[in-house]
Amino acid sequence: MNRVSIIRKVNGPVVVGKNIGVFFMGEMVKVGEMKLVGEIVSLDEENVTIQVYEETTGLKPGDPFVGTGRPLSVILGPGLIGNIYDGIQRPLGKIEELSKGFYIGRGIETFPLDDEATWEVEMLKKVGDTVEPGEFYAKVRESESIIHRLMIPKDVRGKVIESAKSGKYRVKDVVMVVKDEDGEKHEIKLYQSWPVRTPRFYREKLMPRIPLITGQRVIDMFFPIAKGGSAAIPGGFGTGKTMTQHQLAKWADADVIVYIGCGERGNEMTEVLTEFPKLVDPRTGKSLMDRTILIANTSNMPVSAREASIYTGVTIAEYYRDMGYNVAIMADSTSRWAEALREISGRLEEIPAEEGYPAYLSSRIGGFYERAGKVVNLNGSEGSVTIIGAVSPPGGDLSDPVVQHTKRFVKCFWALDRDLAYSRHYPSINWLTSYSDYTEDLDEWFRKNVDENFSKYRKRAMELLNEDDRLQQIIKIMGEDVLPDDQKLVVSIARMIKVGILQQNAYSEIDSFCSLKRGFMMLKIVMDFYDRAVEFVKKKVALSQILKEDIVETMMRMKEMIGNDELEKFEDVRKMIDSHFEELERIYGS
Amino acid sequence: MAVREYSTVSKIYGPIVVVEKVKEVSYNEVVEIIHDSERRLGTVIMVDENCAVVQVFEGTEGLDIPETRVRFLGKPLEMRVSKDVIGRVFDGLGRPLDGLGEILSSDSRDVNGSAINPVSRIYPRNYIETGVSAIDGMLTLIRGQKLPIFSGDGLPHNRLSVQIARQVSSLKEDFIVVFSAIGLKKHDADILMKGFEEFGVLNRMVVFLNLADDPTVERISTPRMALTVAEYLAFDENMNVLVIMNDMTNYCEALREISNYRGEIPGRKGYPGYLYSDLASLYERAGMVKDSSGSLTQIPVLTMPGDDITHPIPDLTGYITEGQIVLSRELHRKGIYPPIDVLPSLSRLMKDGIGEGYTKEEHPEIANQLFASYSRVQDVRAIASIIGEDELSSVDKSYLKFGERFEREFISQGFDERRSIEETLNKAWDVLLTLPKSELTRIKRERLEDENAGKSEPDES
Repeated sequence: MNRVSIIRKVNGPVVVGKNIGVFFMGEMVKVGEMKLVGEIVSLDEENVTIQVYEETTGLKPGDPFVGTGRPLSVILGPGLIGNIYDGIQRPLGKIEELSKGFYIGRGIETFPLDDEATWEVEMLKKVGDTVEPGEFYAKVRESESIIHRLMIPKDVRGKVIESAKSGKYRVKDVVMVVKDEDGEKHEIKLYQSWPVRTPRFYREKLMPRIPLITGQRVIDMFFPIAKGGSAAIPGGFGTGKTMTQHQLAKWADADVIVYIGCGERGNEMTEVLTEFPKLVDPRTGKSLMDRTILIANTSNMPVSAREASIYTGVTIAEYYRDMGYNVAIMADSTSRWAEALREISGRLEEIPAEEGYPAYLSSRIGGFYERAGKVVNLNGSEGSVTIIGAVSPPGGDLSDPVVQHTKRFVKCFWALDRDLAYSRHYPSINWLTSYSDYTEDLDEWFRKNVDENFSKYRKRAMELLNEDDRLQQIIKIMGEDVLPDDQKLVVSIARMIKVGILQQNAYSEIDSFCSLKRGFMMLKIVMDFYDRAVEFVKKKVALSQILKEDIVETMMRMKEMIGNDELEKFEDVRKMIDSHFEELERIYGS
Repeated sequence: MAVREYSTVSKIYGPIVVVEKVKEVSYNEVVEIIHDSERRLGTVIMVDENCAVVQVFEGTEGLDIPETRVRFLGKPLEMRVSKDVIGRVFDGLGRPLDGLGEILSSDSRDVNGSAINPVSRIYPRNYIETGVSAIDGMLTLIRGQKLPIFSGDGLPHNRLSVQIARQVSSLKEDFIVVFSAIGLKKHDADILMKGFEEFGVLNRMVVFLNLADDPTVERISTPRMALTVAEYLAFDENMNVLVIMNDMTNYCEALREISNYRGEIPGRKGYPGYLYSDLASLYERAGMVKDSSGSLTQIPVLTMPGDDITHPIPDLTGYITEGQIVLSRELHRKGIYPPIDVLPSLSRLMKDGIGEGYTKEEHPEIANQLFASYSRVQDVRAIASIIGEDELSSVDKSYLKFGERFEREFISQGFDERRSIEETLNKAWDVLLTLPKSELTRIKRERLEDENAGKSEPDES
C-alpha cells in the first residue's frame, strides 16, 4: 500500500499533511527528505496532523512524508540496561557516533539495541512445547545484576516447531519459531516491540504491601512508599527535587531503575552518566549502572519527544516488571511533560482548560500513574512498577493544575519546602504538608522486619513535630524564653529530630544511605530520651541539667558517627544516656 | 536552494508580514524584506501551501503592501564566525557597529544552534574566580555553568555584571567575555561600554548591542548571535567563554509581544506556553563538551517584575539554570554592594567544583556554615524586632553581630575590588568566629579545635 503523501503546512513541531486515506491515529511517520520521526495526532478526510519529534527547520509544503504502518513503539530486549536514550528511544551513544559531533543530528535512524553484540542465551523451551504470550522462553545475563528473561511476544500462542540451541546470539537472530492454531508461523527474536502508549498486559493487580526502601529516613520512616506505589515530589526550583530523585535512583532497593530526565538540564544527565557507573549498589555490590536505564530528553531537545519520553520510560519499566522484577521509575519532571502537552495542544488550536493546559491533562496524568502497581504477570511471576514523579509548580505554588491533578492519582506526597532548602535542610521534605497513604498497608511489614513498635514511635515523633510547629508560632512572636520548661523540652527534642534524623547529607559517606534498623535506633534513642526527660522536668529539674550539652550533641551527630554496619555502637549512646539519667536521679531523686 | 523574490505581501501587522502565493518556502528560513532601498531581515515562522508568515526583526514600520518585496534566502539565520570577532561590537543581528568592517569568514553558523547530546557533555567541575566574595565563597561559578542574576529595577546588576565581566576577562589569556545587551537603555549601555573601555578589557570581549529603542524582534536574535559566537570560540577555538545576557526580561517581553501578534493561546501572564522551551534553547547552550578544552559559561541577568521571584520569567529561568544569584533591595538600601542575598541564591554545580583539589579543602564546610548561620540571623532579627535586642540571649546577640559583620565585611566589597579565593575564605573564617565555636556545627570538629583556625590561615598561593 502506498503510504507516501505530501506536507501542506509547517508550524513549529506541528505539521499538517494531505490525507490519502491510509493513515491511522498514532501511526509513526517519517517526515520530509530528512525522514524526521513523527506521530499522527489527528485525522480528518482532508488532512493529517503530525507531531514531529525533531526540529522542523527547513521543512516545506510539498515535501513528502511516509507512513510506517505501525504505531510509535519501543524495542524491548537485552541491551537496554546501562543505556541512555532520547525521548523516542534513540540511543544517544550511537547518535553521537552517527552525528559526528556533540550536537544531536536530525533524521538519524538507528536500532535502539546494539545489534552487533552477542548474548549468551539459555533456551528454556524445546520443540513441541506450547507457549503463550508473556511466557519465559529463554534467559540472558544482561548485566552483572540483571538476568534478562525473554518472553513470548503478545499475539503469539502455539507450538514451538523450531528452536535454536542455547548459545551465543545477536538480538536480531531468530531463536525460535512458533506455529499458532491457524497454522501461521511466528519467528521469535531476542527483541520484541511494544506500542508506547499502551500499558503492557498483566494478569492481576495486587495490593502493595512491601515498602520500597530508599535509605532516606524522612521517606522510609515517616512517609514510606510501597513497591508498586506512586509518589509525587513537588517543589519550586532550588528545593532539591533533582537531588532527591538522584538519591532515590542511587539507593532505592529496586532491581531496575528507569530514570527519565524529561525537559530538564543537560548537565544533570551528564552528572548521572559520570557518577552512576562509579557508584556501587549497596545490595548487589555491583555498579549502579548495571541496573539503570536512562531516558534523557533535556529541555532544549524537541518538545514533542519530551511528551513521548514518559511513555517510553514506563513501557520499558513494565517490560522488566513482566520478568518478575521490582522496577522504580524516577520521572523528572512531569511538569515539563505536561507543558509539552500544553505546547502541542496550543499548536493544534485545541480549546484550553485551566492555565492553558488541555482538558485531557487530568486523564493523561492519571493514565500515567495508573501504570504503577504490583502485579501478577501473564507468566505468573510477580513484579512491580513504582512511579516517583517530580512536579515543578510555577513559583512553587501547589495550587498549580499539574500538582492538583497529580495529587488525585498518587498516594505519596513529598512536599519540598523552599524555607527548608534556604536553610540548607536537606532533603527539604516538609514533615507537616507531606503524606503517605501507605503507612497503614505497610505497618505489618515494618512490625515484622524492623521493630514491633515501629509505627508507635513514628506516630509519637509526628505528634511531637506537630506540637513543635504550634510552639514555633509562639516563638516567632514572643521568643523561646516565655515557654514553660515542658514546652521548651518539646522544642529541643523536635530540633533533635529535625537536625539529627530528618536532615540527611547526601554527600556524607556514612549517612547518604540509612538502613531502616539504624534509622529506627536513632529515633528510638531520641524518643526514649524524651520520655525520661519529661519525668525530670516534672520534678522541676533545670532544663540545662537535663539537656546536657555533650549528650544533646551526641544525639544530633550520631548519624555521622555510627555507620549502617556498626549498630552495636548505639548501645554506647544508650549507656551514656542511662548514666546521665542515673546521675540526675542520684542528685534529684525523690 | 535558489533565492526567490515575491511582491505578494497581503497583510502587515505588528512585526509580522504575510506573503501569498509562495512556493518552496521552508520553515525557519531567512528572508530579506526590501522596501525602497532599505533591507530588513526576517524569518519564516509558519508556512503552508499558499502563504508564508514572516516575522521581521527590524519591525515593519514604513512597510506597505504594494511596494514591499520579500526575498527568501533558503537558509536559516546565520552568523559568520572567526577569531576576529574578539574585540568587536555588533548589533543584535550581528552587523558591526564599530565601523571596522564585516567579519571575513567562510564559516557561517545557524544562530538557532542545536541541542548538545547529553552523552557528549563533560560534567563541569572547574571554578571561575569572579573576584566577588559572595559568589566565589558561597555561590561558586563553575566553567560551563549557567548561573543567572535575579535583580530588580534600580538595583546595581549592571555594575555587578561589568565588575564580573572585567574581572573574569582579565583572569587569563584564554578567558573571553561575550556581552549581549538586550533592550538596554542607551544610558545603561553607555555606562557598560565605558566601564569596559576604562579597564581596557574590550579587546578580550565581544559585544552585541540591542538598545531599548531598537526593534523589539531583534531582541530575539541578539542572544542567539552572541551564543553562536560563544559556541564557536569555546568549542572550536578551545577558549573559556563567559556569556553575559542582560536583560533577559526584555527578551521575554519581546517574545510575548510577538506571540500576541501571532494570535497564540497565552500561558501564564500572557507569556507564550513555549516560554520554557524557548529559554531552554538559549540557556542549555552552556556547557563543556568532549574533544574540546573550552567552556561556555552563562550569566543571564534579569530584572524580576515587581521583585517577584515567582513571576514566570525568573521562575522558568530558575528551573533551567543551575542556580541563581538573587539581589536584594533591602541590602541595597543598607548601602551594601553587591547586594547579593545569599539565602535564596544557589549554585547547583558548586558542590563538585570546590574543596580539595579545586579551591580549598575547608571551603564546603565554610560555605555551609555561612548559609546556616546567616539563615539563623534572620530568625533572630525577627525576634529582636519584637522583644528588643536587650532581651536576647547572649548566643542570639552574637548572631546579630555576626549578621552585621557578614553583610558589611564579607558580602560588601568595592566595585574595583577583586578578592582572591584565599582572601574570600579568610574573611569568611574571620566573620564566622564572631559566633561561639559551639554554634559552628557544620565545621568539622578537628578544624574547630585547631587553635590557629581563622587566625592566620596560611596562604598557599
